[in-house]
Amino acid sequence: MKKSKLFYWLFLAPCLIAFSISVIIPMITGAYYSFTDWDGVKSISEFIGMNNYIAIFRDTYFLNSFKFTIVFVIVAVICVNVSSFGLALLVTQKMKLNNFFRSVYFMPNLVGGVLVGFTWQFILCEVFDDIGNALGLDFLCNWLSNQRTGFLGLLIVVVWQMSGYMMLVYIAQLQNIPDSLLEAAAIDGAGSFKQFVKVKLPLMMPAFTIGLFLTMTNCFKLYDQNLTLTSGGPAKSTEMLTMNIYNTAFVSNEFGQAQAKGIIFLIVVALITVTQLFITKKKEVEM
Amino acid sequence: MEGKKKLLLAFICLILAIIFLFPILILLLNSFKPIKEIYQSVLALPKTFSMDNYINAFRELDYFTSIRNSFIVTGGVTAANVLFCSMAAWVLVRYQTKTSQVIFGMFSVAVLVPFQCVMLPLLKLMGNLHMVNMPGLMVVNLGFSTSMSIILFHGFIKNVPLELEEAAAIDGASLARIFFTIVMPLIKGISATVAILNAIMLWNDFLLPSLVINKAGWQTLPLKTYLFFGTYMKKWNLGSAALVMAIIPVIIFYIFCQKYIIKGVTEGAIKG
Repeated sequence: MKKSKLFYWLFLAPCLIAFSISVIIPMITGAYYSFTDWDGVKSISEFIGMNNYIAIFRDTYFLNSFKFTIVFVIVAVICVNVSSFGLALLVTQKMKLNNFFRSVYFMPNLVGGVLVGFTWQFILCEVFDDIGNALGLDFLCNWLSNQRTGFLGLLIVVVWQMSGYMMLVYIAQLQNIPDSLLEAAAIDGAGSFKQFVKVKLPLMMPAFTIGLFLTMTNCFKLYDQNLTLTSGGPAKSTEMLTMNIYNTAFVSNEFGQAQAKGIIFLIVVALITVTQLFITKKKEVEM
Repeated sequence: MEGKKKLLLAFICLILAIIFLFPILILLLNSFKPIKEIYQSVLALPKTFSMDNYINAFRELDYFTSIRNSFIVTGGVTAANVLFCSMAAWVLVRYQTKTSQVIFGMFSVAVLVPFQCVMLPLLKLMGNLHMVNMPGLMVVNLGFSTSMSIILFHGFIKNVPLELEEAAAIDGASLARIFFTIVMPLIKGISATVAILNAIMLWNDFLLPSLVINKAGWQTLPLKTYLFFGTYMKKWNLGSAALVMAIIPVIIFYIFCQKYIIKGVTEGAIKG
């Protein structure tokens, strides 16, 4: 085939231009802004070296938010993957209504973060309160009024919303496991528990790689649900990193510092997710 | 024994389904009640069915305008994304050069970049380029959505055999003609996947529109819902009706395209 250079760039141009405007140029200028005293208002910002980065590590709100985010991501990733794997096992049993249940469990995933957050604010604040009062269960009252229930609330929301999605990933992999392997294991005398641990789980590793990666990045990037459920409150105690960065810029007008936080955020997310990919990929076995 | 086990499984599935649907059902239940009844009990059935909440929420959400705006952004960007990303992925696969590798690598790495990392310089750049409101929003949305789509297209096109394209080239077809008449029909399946994934993401997008749209009458549905709750905080009679109305379009879309959505999402996750 005759291949012309002009044609190559012509076909790439729309994507490259849009991508440059939204990602590449902001990445480059952003790296520079993180070393300046940019406040979003004045036209010329001065270079102030590492000051923004030093200030960040003295910012207790940032450190708290960092801790909150990391703990939340770890707990949420475990809960989402356990529940979605459980759902996948349930709906791959031979049952008539399997497809119906699958669609129901997946449905929350399509509802946007803002709507999910407000919906659950209603459930956690009003409905839980009513049930708690009616049945005399104190732990159901006054949700989202402290860090513990804010954390749990956010966790419930994320599990409700993301489980169905990961369930689809696990179903696809479960259906990839040939029955013959399980039958061979059964003939060798493995019970259903042993079949599960020794045959199914190792063959599920590729799906775990994807499932963990997707839940982790999605949990790190969580913003809409955090904003509409607790707004980071009370007293910033449930503020995740994404919201902390937003507020540093648009509430405190510390654009330079917010940008430095953004870059640290990127480094943390990249390091953790790439490490995870590396570790789980190594555990994958050939079928 | 086998029958009993099946019944138990079905029962567990049913309970779980009720738990998953509970939030939306309870919203629906309360959306017909006046505020006084909600304060009395959120679990009780409405004493009289009234559509007042819906009429008010419909007006406050500027429902049709918000839906139209969401449609413009979602439809426009999804269409542009499928067309431009398949074009880009195709040349990146067919021109096996160092440049192609570097460009594809760049698009791939970008999936890791969180929005907050580029948010501020991006807004400044958009200001400098006078890209605001709908056109600006659409260009930037396209930019952010290129990564995932190009990865998906790239993975698929790699396995599309060259013969057809070569035969057409021998017949004298130009490269553009080959792409539009031969390649595009071959990648219909993956295009649908890419379109569905993008449409879901764009329809629900909130943060970027909230930063970029500053003209009344151009807010998308999630943005308008957020602003609505700024005014009607804790007025759950209106709030529940507004949420039900905001969720309905997605549910309708889901009911009609369920098979494609589930297939698309699964493929997208596994191949991406």
